[in-house]
Amino acid sequence: MSTLRALVTDAHVVVCCGTGGVGKTTSAAALALEGARAGRRVAVITIDPARRLADTLGLGGSADAEVPRDRWDPDGDAAPGGRLTALMLDPAATFDGLVERYSADAEQRDRILENRFYRSIAGALSGTQEYMAMERLHELHESGAFDLIVVDTPPSRHALDFLDAPARLIRLLDNRVFRVMMLPARRGFRVASGALQLFVRQVGRVIGTAVIDDIIAFFRAFEGMEQGFRDRADAVRTLLAAPDTTFVLVTSPRRDSIDEAVFFADRIADHGLRVDALVANRVHPDFAPGADVERLRGLATAVRDAGAAEPGPDADAAARRTADRLATLADLAEVAAREREALDRVAERTRAPGVVVVPLLARDVHDLDALRAVGQVLTGPAN
Amino acid sequence: MDLAQFCAASRVVVVAGKGGVGKTTVAATLATAAARAGLSVLVVEVEGKSGLTACFGVPDLGYEDTIVEPGLAVRALDADTALVEWLDGRGLQRISHRLARTGTLDVVATAVPGMRDILLLAKIKQLEQSGVADLIVVDAPAAGHAISFLLAPKGLQDAVGVGVIRSQADEVASLLADPARCQVMLVTLPEETPVNEVVETAYALEDRVGVALGPVVVNQCLPDRWSAGGGGAAVAADAARAGVPLTDVDLTALAAVDDFVGTRRAIEREQIERLGRRLPLPRIHLPYETGEIGPAAVSDLAAAFTAQVAGLRAPAVPGDAS
Repeated sequence: MSTLRALVTDAHVVVCCGTGGVGKTTSAAALALEGARAGRRVAVITIDPARRLADTLGLGGSADAEVPRDRWDPDGDAAPGGRLTALMLDPAATFDGLVERYSADAEQRDRILENRFYRSIAGALSGTQEYMAMERLHELHESGAFDLIVVDTPPSRHALDFLDAPARLIRLLDNRVFRVMMLPARRGFRVASGALQLFVRQVGRVIGTAVIDDIIAFFRAFEGMEQGFRDRADAVRTLLAAPDTTFVLVTSPRRDSIDEAVFFADRIADHGLRVDALVANRVHPDFAPGADVERLRGLATAVRDAGAAEPGPDADAAARRTADRLATLADLAEVAAREREALDRVAERTRAPGVVVVPLLARDVHDLDALRAVGQVLTGPAN
Repeated sequence: MDLAQFCAASRVVVVAGKGGVGKTTVAATLATAAARAGLSVLVVEVEGKSGLTACFGVPDLGYEDTIVEPGLAVRALDADTALVEWLDGRGLQRISHRLARTGTLDVVATAVPGMRDILLLAKIKQLEQSGVADLIVVDAPAAGHAISFLLAPKGLQDAVGVGVIRSQADEVASLLADPARCQVMLVTLPEETPVNEVVETAYALEDRVGVALGPVVVNQCLPDRWSAGGGGAAVAADAARAGVPLTDVDLTALAAVDDFVGTRRAIEREQIERLGRRLPLPRIHLPYETGEIGPAAVSDLAAAFTAQVAGLRAPAVPGDAS
């Protein structure tokens, strides 16, 4: 059984990570589809899918959508019991849900939800999207409704933000300066020093005092909720480290994505996690495996220089075309060799058993048939 | 038109595109082509992860210039350093150090939507006005982020009524709105989804940001020299007629290549044609680079870029509408 087939049949969580533009969302959706076909109840969390793929998964609206069985199993040959649900990440709504969960009462909840600083955190803070992807994963896990949850991770500015995002947010919420600032109002006596007051006033000159007021109001409203957030972040970390949580690193063979993939692989290892499978999309086919590129180049040059064996306008044109074809083959053989080498370089940095290669496809993947085809390439045959 | 004329349209060119389309390579290509045309060029990176080092064959980038070759420098900007520098320049050293030391910067940057982006753009604007280079090429964040990056001044203008940062946002907004100072060069691939996305990004940038768009770069086009046509039978017939002794293995491989190149070329034509219909902007086609992306490949691409620009008609470039 192939590695990815084992993941879709046995793993509880599959996290697809990698830089943008390497087919990560498509890979996640294809793996989810294979999981459903194997008879499992599957959820796939997508992040900003291309529009046509979103439509295919029934994500036209904002709500979570179960893809009807007759659409992902048109021939009725998939294992019984499978279900496929696609979700689009809504970071702000997910964050609101967290606030709701951990606020002491409706008043605290409303004070936070209406605060402008909170809206900035929920909507725009770098890392929020990553954190909320993990939060959503945890929610789905806790619900017990799914055997397999496949998560597409955001094409982050900073690779692997999703691993650090909870810690970063907690650091933000724990900010010492603003905690001290709130003390006077909370305890009824002044703790904040004059220097600190002056500092905050100066900051106010830069960003406007209204903004400072919002921040202070937020920290006041948030009081008492940090522990809940911290516990939750720990729970997410535990889930990510669980033995049936797996990481699939998706890359393309281009230099920039390879460099990113190597970086990802190292960072995943730094976090004590492991890459279980490595997927390379958009790989050029190797038309002449093991071919001697120099021989092909030599042949192309010789044919171009010498022309046809028995000259004549037709024969010369045929010789030119043949020389061009040989040169093209040599170019593509070189590309294939270079891509192979680059992928081996990433594979060495992971404990993944080799690279699963998805060739450059003639058409973009946006219907279920095409997803199925990718899923087959990724996971191999079902038995 | 020649490249110097092309680059004279605006001093700041923001190169933007979705992940995986080779935006960084195109930024390096434009910069190299401009430097060869005699301009002094500065390439600016703002995301903290850069393929520019590989493109130029230079070690890690810093906040100050790394010189690639005479007339071509590259640097990596980050918002925290930009803020400290900016506050220091206004006699606010005490705040800046305290912000950095206490971690309050994170709180402040979060409180003000787009503050980090404003700081980066403000630094770029300062570089533009100080005339450090004839051309400043910005390797923008990947697509969706590029829009929010460039929308940051508008967002901040809406959210913050007063404060020093507000006046920065105003100045940056006027830089972005002036086609004689700044334009965006979008990068895409000749494939369906990238074409859809570049069209969406283009309209979002024009309508929501109001920034001028330069030509669209269609990257990784099949090289012209890659021949195709005729199918397997023609491949074998040509080889036989020319009397080239090829093995069956060779012929099979050549036929497969012929099919592959033919299919890809048909898709490419269709998508470029569709792009042309949906986005009436001049186009620059850059070839797929078969070698490893590095200084040699960028140098080849710069030559191709210059040749393509030579084929553009001057009035077609926004900011040069006169």
